[in-house]
Amino acid sequence: MEEYLLLMRLDLLTKEAQPSPEQLQEYMKQYHDWVGGIAAQNKFNGGTGLSTEGKVIKTNNVITDGPFAEIKESIAGFISIKAKDFDEAVALASACPILQGAGNSVEVRKVVSVHNKN
Amino acid sequence: MENGELIPHLFRMEYRKIVSVLAKYFGSPHIDLAEDIASETFLTATQTWGINGIPVNPAGWLYAVARNKAINQLKRNAFFEQSIAPEIKSTQSLFTSMVESDIDLSPGNINDSQLQMIFCICHPSLPREAQVGLALRILCGFGIDEIATAFLTNRETINKRLQRAKQKLRELEIAIALPQEPEMEERLDQVLTTIYLLFNEGYYSVSGQQPIRRELCFEAMRLCYLLIENQQTNKPRVNALLSLMCFHASRLDARTAENGELILYDDQDQSLWNSDLVSKGAYFLNQAASGSDLSAYHLQAGIAYWHTQKKDTAEKWENILQFYNLLLQLEYSPIAAMNRTYALSKVHGKEFAIKEAEKLRLEENHFYYILLGELYTGINNSSARVYFEKARELANTSAEKQIIGVKLDKLDQARPYNNSG
Repeated sequence: MEEYLLLMRLDLLTKEAQPSPEQLQEYMKQYHDWVGGIAAQNKFNGGTGLSTEGKVIKTNNVITDGPFAEIKESIAGFISIKAKDFDEAVALASACPILQGAGNSVEVRKVVSVHNKN
Repeated sequence: MENGELIPHLFRMEYRKIVSVLAKYFGSPHIDLAEDIASETFLTATQTWGINGIPVNPAGWLYAVARNKAINQLKRNAFFEQSIAPEIKSTQSLFTSMVESDIDLSPGNINDSQLQMIFCICHPSLPREAQVGLALRILCGFGIDEIATAFLTNRETINKRLQRAKQKLRELEIAIALPQEPEMEERLDQVLTTIYLLFNEGYYSVSGQQPIRRELCFEAMRLCYLLIENQQTNKPRVNALLSLMCFHASRLDARTAENGELILYDDQDQSLWNSDLVSKGAYFLNQAASGSDLSAYHLQAGIAYWHTQKKDTAEKWENILQFYNLLLQLEYSPIAAMNRTYALSKVHGKEFAIKEAEKLRLEENHFYYILLGELYTGINNSSARVYFEKARELANTSAEKQIIGVKLDKLDQARPYNNSG
């Protein structure tokens, strides 16, 4: 088994794109159904959703507010999973409920272990 | 209570108190001595009470005799001269009064000693089954035969296991004391695991004798309550564990038929559920909610709470599913994975749950085939039958095979309705 990091990105900036409290509650259920399904297969390592607050530090120690990249989508959460290969990791990631929202994305990255020369 | 029942009951209750106080006094290397004195005390009681009748205050009588036996033992014993108080050996009367005042069998010291003993017995250097065995013997006052029955083994095995464990406590000089922070957190987790194992041994083992299994459950709850009574150990997750055990124990009367067979949840007579234990569970769950600690016990207590609501509502299963989702993120276990999938079927339907169940890949586990059988029931009864039969083939005990047989019978009864659409 190899370790993969799933980075969930969505639009935290556009006001109209933000969910109502009721919607958010429903989204959280969907999110936990998805992660729970991965964990039920014993393929969940850890990770969580992130608060929308953040700071970005750039070279020369320039600090700006917001966890925001130059693009509209910010990282909203990350989880680490176990999968036998990229295909399986992508299959697990593709069920992520945030992908129901237009413009959102999940990035799948393989973790390089110091013990793993691959 | 007749004398025939009173004496064994009293002995079990008082044995553990006397052993804990004396062992605390002598130190953990001398647990055997404490046990011997307690046993001798009961032997003397049996002989004397048989002739003179039971005294007015039997517990007080036992304490006085135990104290005298301890003092006599100390006077004789070389270990006292060398290790406890060489300087006072010359003054016998002073010695006697000192020991008398030190061997404190007051309710407060009995509780403190038992609590400290829990931490000693649940020391991480001991194997888990030895911890449970010692807990049953020293903290619960069970006889060796009773422990052997509970573990489905024989006296010799249990005796050896306990002797090895006590040897280990001697070698490592484990103190009978409460650990200090920050060590407390980790040691408390050990204690809670052992208490929960003790409870599960009583609740889930499908074989073994019914009265003993019941007592295992209540003893586990009593030990957990000892932790709650002490400020240092009264933490949210301890309350969560007690809450969980109260909720489960509320169904003890309803889940066993007169012939000893297990009655499944859906078939239980709800009027036999113990509402007093349900409200106690709710009380401790409320206590557990202080602070930000969200342990696996909290989540399991939440699940157990919803199981005290027999009616199938969307709210019930949605909550159970979410608790299982979180529980699995904290710690994976096959049984939690399967229970989650069952909850999923209640929330999102059987077809959806079947797809998720097939990803679990727990082919060696007979419960997995029971789950698949349940999910296929009403969807495809002939597949359900194949899975239930596979489960029965893999089941370890006759009690489990019997439960699966009930499910197969139900499938037969359901068939005409399904066939007619």
